[in-house]
Amino acid sequence: MIPAPFDYVRAGSVDEAISLLGSREDAKLLAGGHSLLPAMKLRVARPSTLVDIGRIGDLSYAREDGDRVAVGALTRHHDVGNAEALQELCPIVAHAAGQIGDPQVRHMGTIGGSVAHGDPAGDLPAVLLALDAEFVAQGPNGTRTIAATEFFTSLFETALAPDEVLTEIRIPKANAGWSFMKFQRRAQDWAVVGVSAVRANGGVHVGLTNMGLTPLRAAGVEEAVGGGADPASAAARADEGTAPPDDAFGSAEYRRQLVKVLVRRALEEALA
Amino acid sequence: MATMEKLVGQAVLRKEDPEFLTGSAKYTDDLSVPGMLWMAVVRSPYAHARIKRVDVSEAMAMDGVIAAFAGSDFEWAGPLLMAWPVTEGLHNPLHYPLVTDKARYQGDGVAVVVARSRAIAEDAVETVKVDYEPLPAVVDMHEALSDDSPLVHEEFRTNESYTWANVQGDVDGVFADAPVVVKEHYKVHRLIANAMEPRSILVQPNPAAEQFTMWSSTQIPHILRTAMAIATGVPESKLRIIAPRVGGGFGSKLQVYPEEALALELARRLRMPIKWTESRSEGYTATHHGRDQIQDVEIAAQEDGKILGYRVRVHANMGAYLMIIAPGTPVLGGFLFCGCYGGVAYKTEIVGVFTNTTPVDAYRGAGRPEATQAIERAIDALARRVGKDVVEIRRMNFMPPFTEATQSIGGLMIDSGNYPATLDKALGLFDYEQLRKEQQARRDNGDTKQLGIGFSTYLENCGWGPSRVIGGILKYAGGGWEAATIRCHPTGKVVAVIGNTPHGQGNETTFAQVVGDDLGVPIEDVEVLFGDTDVAPSGWDTYGSRSAAVGMPALHRATSKIVEKARRIAAHELEVSDADLKYEGGTFSVRGAPSVTRTIPQIAFSAWRGHDLPEGTDPGLEESAFFDPQNLVFPFGAHICAVEVDTETGEVEVTKYVAVDDVGPVVNPMIVEGQVVGGVAQGIGEALYEEAVYDENGQLLSSSMTNYAVPSATEVPSITTGNHVTPSTTNDMGIKGVGETGTIASPPAVLNAVVDALSHLGVTQVERPATPEHVWRAIRRAKGGRS
Repeated sequence: MIPAPFDYVRAGSVDEAISLLGSREDAKLLAGGHSLLPAMKLRVARPSTLVDIGRIGDLSYAREDGDRVAVGALTRHHDVGNAEALQELCPIVAHAAGQIGDPQVRHMGTIGGSVAHGDPAGDLPAVLLALDAEFVAQGPNGTRTIAATEFFTSLFETALAPDEVLTEIRIPKANAGWSFMKFQRRAQDWAVVGVSAVRANGGVHVGLTNMGLTPLRAAGVEEAVGGGADPASAAARADEGTAPPDDAFGSAEYRRQLVKVLVRRALEEALA
Repeated sequence: MATMEKLVGQAVLRKEDPEFLTGSAKYTDDLSVPGMLWMAVVRSPYAHARIKRVDVSEAMAMDGVIAAFAGSDFEWAGPLLMAWPVTEGLHNPLHYPLVTDKARYQGDGVAVVVARSRAIAEDAVETVKVDYEPLPAVVDMHEALSDDSPLVHEEFRTNESYTWANVQGDVDGVFADAPVVVKEHYKVHRLIANAMEPRSILVQPNPAAEQFTMWSSTQIPHILRTAMAIATGVPESKLRIIAPRVGGGFGSKLQVYPEEALALELARRLRMPIKWTESRSEGYTATHHGRDQIQDVEIAAQEDGKILGYRVRVHANMGAYLMIIAPGTPVLGGFLFCGCYGGVAYKTEIVGVFTNTTPVDAYRGAGRPEATQAIERAIDALARRVGKDVVEIRRMNFMPPFTEATQSIGGLMIDSGNYPATLDKALGLFDYEQLRKEQQARRDNGDTKQLGIGFSTYLENCGWGPSRVIGGILKYAGGGWEAATIRCHPTGKVVAVIGNTPHGQGNETTFAQVVGDDLGVPIEDVEVLFGDTDVAPSGWDTYGSRSAAVGMPALHRATSKIVEKARRIAAHELEVSDADLKYEGGTFSVRGAPSVTRTIPQIAFSAWRGHDLPEGTDPGLEESAFFDPQNLVFPFGAHICAVEVDTETGEVEVTKYVAVDDVGPVVNPMIVEGQVVGGVAQGIGEALYEEAVYDENGQLLSSSMTNYAVPSATEVPSITTGNHVTPSTTNDMGIKGVGETGTIASPPAVLNAVVDALSHLGVTQVERPATPEHVWRAIRRAKGGRS
């Protein structure tokens, strides 16, 4: 309920945030705070310092940029869901953002925070993975671009260095067929299992939420679809390479069954 | 004078709502007093561990920490109150606010710190060093009763607390000869009440006078006052307990908690005000849980489905200690495993079992939802067995309608009943035949989403309760009467003081409706006071759907005394005899001369001045009355539910719900509907979503609202309510309770609907709650796979 003691500083710019992260041990970035603060209240997370980047205004945008849509890391879920560029060019992203948590969460939480938190149960990471998005990180030595396939390294761990700030998400346009299946107990819950299917490059990319330590691609399914399999037989491979959790909302065994049903339904919808 | 429209029976808007809607209501956590200190409890992370050493020195050295104590630093005047020893030989462990020898559940209090702020207190908790020796824990009830189980309380040499039995007729004989015997096994899972407002306590001492005021978010300030006197030795005469605005309880605040005794004792010891508010996750282990039974249910019947007898064995999880009414909670259902059906033999045996889990006690319905889910699911099993429709099997087994108190086979003297009537009315609202056709069409098509219909024709006992009965055969230590005082002020305004402690039920409105009608004053002129032992010194508080059934008759008795006295004064003023006066709608008029009148407010003014009162009449218009009912009251009704089940994922959606309840005459239809809808929503939560889960080491896995799934508005369908009135014979008003009917009736209606949706696949049972995974497993089991 009450977090352990911590310091709080507000960064006026990305450069200031990077320098603060570098100068303080165990500092954490605070964006929307909707994952970090609950963890701190339970004293599961105990950062020494919170570097608040929530007021850096120039990181909130979504605009067409060549063959991609560029989204500022501090764009709140509500704004992601309502961004015209995304609704037209990457509709699955806008749709998924509208399914996150509840209105309070969507008005505070940010796309960058969701990605950088590295929660395999988050909605957007698997969507962005399915879309082959890229993540732009800025650190003391400049800027680099990380592919989604390289970004999510383990449970709550990403390729970001401790003194790097995620500034932009670059999403390839994908407005052909798509499907977003979020199976949840209650409207505001995390997905028990989530499936994102997007038509791309003549095939289908399939992202899986909450089926392992990181968001995953259903490679076996993608391969089967590429080889001409129908949705039902392709979906039979949906749990290949997954390691789903066992928790109060579902056993690993149940999730393995559920993901096959959801992938089949998602393929049917995306390919219709 | 124009006759006012009766208030009783009207959907009067709630008097108390402006305070809630504008956010100005004050709950305990909103209160602070100068010099207030914060308490925080050091809790065992282990379900079972010997306490070898507690070191609070580091906490004491912290800035802002005022005091820190281990359990062994206290000497209590007595244990926390356990008021319901249901059997003579019951094992009741002495339960003190902090443990000294060993922790018996995850969350058991080991030490306490007091600091200048809540944040400091919570930081200090982390510095208290407790040397635990972890012991094997027992969570499962059957394992707890095995010979080699760890013992929660070594002194008893068993984890069995008690075995209680209710036997009517020749049970074994009936079962031996019955052509049909249905055997069912149910696990009634554990629940967490999740009142909107967590528990909170503030104790302010007046050290010079040795007086204390305790504000607590409790349902039971009166019982708590006595319990605090027992635990701490602070006499009741020196202790004032106030339950200010209380944000729901659902039974979880019908309790005497360790933190209440601790805060009082610390305020006495430190001579400073002490505050404590639980966090939600703290409450998940420190506030009592509900339900948690294993039931073996047998029904004996004729070939045609006519029921002959019931034989039920219940294992009821008590958790680590016996809380205030824990042993009696399952016993409240111990007469109801026959529901509203007939028969010639009945047996219920209840075994109370200790485990290394958070203590279990009353949760909305308390014992009756457990019994109702058993009989209502088992009668569906009987219908399947003898090949009858679930409506038909109920009709042929209902007790016939009765208007005088009648003995049930479960051993209850039931006030009145008309079970076919509520079923007929519910069917009329439900469109049963049409949905059965649609169900068949979906089955024929092999649709992924199948339709199911479930019934629950329930009977319950509430209106706690007749003191002689509950203290007699039920062996409850307390009473069940209620106390009311009516005070008529000289300006015509009325104060009604009641010993109930409403915490969301709308009783400020319903009580004012009753008093307003009795005295002929508008509802705005009736102020209802409660929840403060100095304002309402006598009473038995709010639980067991007793406010309407026991509180209202008490108010009615007090207003009758007012009218009686007012009649003498009016007759004197009008110079007629008492018998010449007619009283209606608050006005006395002279028979034959209707324009010659006196009203209650006029008499109140006369009685206040006392200038000209009849000989032998005291001044003032204020009367008190006690009401002790002669029997419980027995609401009943029929709930029908339709669900859609996704046969691939196991997901269940409630698509239609009809509730017809007979709670006697309805004082306020809006409030009654609110109680039913809220109760049904909670019951849907129980049937489909909520479950408190422990791992085998006694760690609570469903440890927060993130993974304990209380349904939200999105998951609850709109609920159609209907009403039927069979007056109770227990009180003159004919009134029954409605606070728990929804949670009692609804879970089996939903569960029966889920099974019905899948019965063509061979599914006969689904594990509670019917989560997608449990439903999926039931389908797989029916297909011959593993469960």
